[in-house]
Amino acid sequence: MTIVRISDDALALACGADEVAAAFAKAGCTVERTSSWGMQWLEPLVEVDGKGFGPATPADLAAILDGSSAKAIGTIAEHPFIAKQQRLTFARAGKTRPLNLDDYAATGGWAGLNRARAMSGEEVVAEVLASGLRGRGGAGFPAGIKWKTVAAAPGDRKYIVCNADEGDSATFADRMLMEGDPFQLVEGMTIAAHAVGAGKGYIYVRSEYPHAIAKLNAAIELAKGIIAPFELEVRVGAGAYVCGEETSLLNSIEGKRGEVRAKPPLPALKGLFGRPTVVNNVLTLAAIPHILTEGGASLYDSLGVARSKGTMPIQLAGNIKHGGLFETAFGITLGELINDIGGGTATGRPVKAVQVGGPLGAYLAPAQFAIPFDYEAYAAADALIGHAGLTVFDDSADMSGMARFAMEFCAAESCGKCTPCRIGSTRGVELIDRIKAGGKAKADAVEALPQMHNARKSGRSHGEEIQLLEDLCETMKFGSLCALGGFTPYPVMSALKHWPEDFA
Amino acid sequence: MTKATLDQIIASHAGRDGALLPILHDIQHAFGCVDAAAEAALAAALNLSRAEVHGVVSFYHDFTPDADPRPEVQVCRAESCKARGVEAIIGAAEAAAGSRVKLKTVYCLGLCSSGPNARVGERVYARLDSAALVKLVENA
Repeated sequence: MTIVRISDDALALACGADEVAAAFAKAGCTVERTSSWGMQWLEPLVEVDGKGFGPATPADLAAILDGSSAKAIGTIAEHPFIAKQQRLTFARAGKTRPLNLDDYAATGGWAGLNRARAMSGEEVVAEVLASGLRGRGGAGFPAGIKWKTVAAAPGDRKYIVCNADEGDSATFADRMLMEGDPFQLVEGMTIAAHAVGAGKGYIYVRSEYPHAIAKLNAAIELAKGIIAPFELEVRVGAGAYVCGEETSLLNSIEGKRGEVRAKPPLPALKGLFGRPTVVNNVLTLAAIPHILTEGGASLYDSLGVARSKGTMPIQLAGNIKHGGLFETAFGITLGELINDIGGGTATGRPVKAVQVGGPLGAYLAPAQFAIPFDYEAYAAADALIGHAGLTVFDDSADMSGMARFAMEFCAAESCGKCTPCRIGSTRGVELIDRIKAGGKAKADAVEALPQMHNARKSGRSHGEEIQLLEDLCETMKFGSLCALGGFTPYPVMSALKHWPEDFA
Repeated sequence: MTKATLDQIIASHAGRDGALLPILHDIQHAFGCVDAAAEAALAAALNLSRAEVHGVVSFYHDFTPDADPRPEVQVCRAESCKARGVEAIIGAAEAAAGSRVKLKTVYCLGLCSSGPNARVGERVYARLDSAALVKLVENA
């Protein structure tokens, strides 16, 4: 009987994978539902004897089974998009059934945990430090140092919290990992618990990811005996973007408003319920099992450039021809990612801008395509890697409109705790509207009141309005408590810098 | 909203640390909203003030004070879907929705290479064009 493999990743489902799978099952094939290879423009991708066909519809069934389909892409593992990658965190992508413990164990699963359990907590922390792994959520803080702090902190209880509140547009690696290889995350968290002496872990997933929530709950139930005495629980977010910020996430798990906490105290010392807590992103924790296998840490450290070590699952999204998940060592340039691997825009028009790092990341122009993927190189260019999501825009994009959206998004999602973010974002929207309208002709009604001694009585010119926007961004960048208000200026200022003509 | 169901939901989370959000999800799911009566009952059960409970309920987009019987279609209008043209097709969807369907803007469903994307209940949809989105709204 023919074995047909079709992904049950949410993106494949959204493109009709269930219907395709049902058609093959009806035709008498054995259908295995696997994780996704990450070649998202080919979903639903049908795999028969290692060969791929996509994007498939039920109508393609006969041609796929007799091998005559025009949608054939050849051997999937040899496809250039896959062959060019170096997959460590996503080594199982496309190859295993997400909730099958046998598949997991047969592909090296639990090896890291078993080795870690034979070591002391300090030795595990030392290996994570040696690997050079930095937090994959965006800030890039060395994971080993965070773990060391938690391990050394006094506390009757300690927690491992996985930040799976992947709210950034252009990011889906967390979702793919949770849906496609949930045991790897469970294993990584269990190793973290062993390293720092934690008894309980929480995975905080956003409510927009129902498939990931279901897979994680099922995986935790299946692996309960293996990870014991460590306990894991999934907590579901409630539609607040700001809860991806670690302190606001902790408040949310505690059942409070998702408001940001001032730091210090660091969550590593006083985190969840006031106890020492490791808060790491999904990709950080999912990288751990590989690092803890024999020789894993030194391999990880040998990859990448400068202080950005190991591999990064990069997400190609937006207006791109070949979108999907591309895991590779740090150091690859933006131009290679967009043009060589991504194949340019989906519309076929020239690339105008690429936003790297989600809604709070800077817009980069094609002139900057030589920048290597590296935390420090991006910081030097006034940009950030963030969660490594790339949104490509073609030349029809209106960059002042995107700058306005950044402010609008910040206003909608601000937790309200600090003024630069809460009020600055709303003023930012108004200001960009005024700039687009050609600058303000005269002072507004409030500014003209006799009580407003310090307000200027004349209107601002276009140039002065731009200056005001720059001042506002400066205030938000340095005066906000967390990255929401602090990084919203990145998309705004980069749009203004590279495409001033869109603000005319 | 029946008090028995409410008490049952609260009791099912007994002993859980930081149980408020899971309880609120269950209440929203069961009744379609978290109204003032539910807030009062929760406050009494969890030994919180009503203001504390209301503060949490009003903070999160997923909890609503009134039930909306209309079917809901969530459409992503974040950067990646904008880059793939969601703004050009949203007008047609709004016209098709009228007052019968609730068209809710969300920011990101995690299908960012294949937008415009939408979600109805637990089902997600990708690669939508104007006709497909309108059809989704009409069938909601």
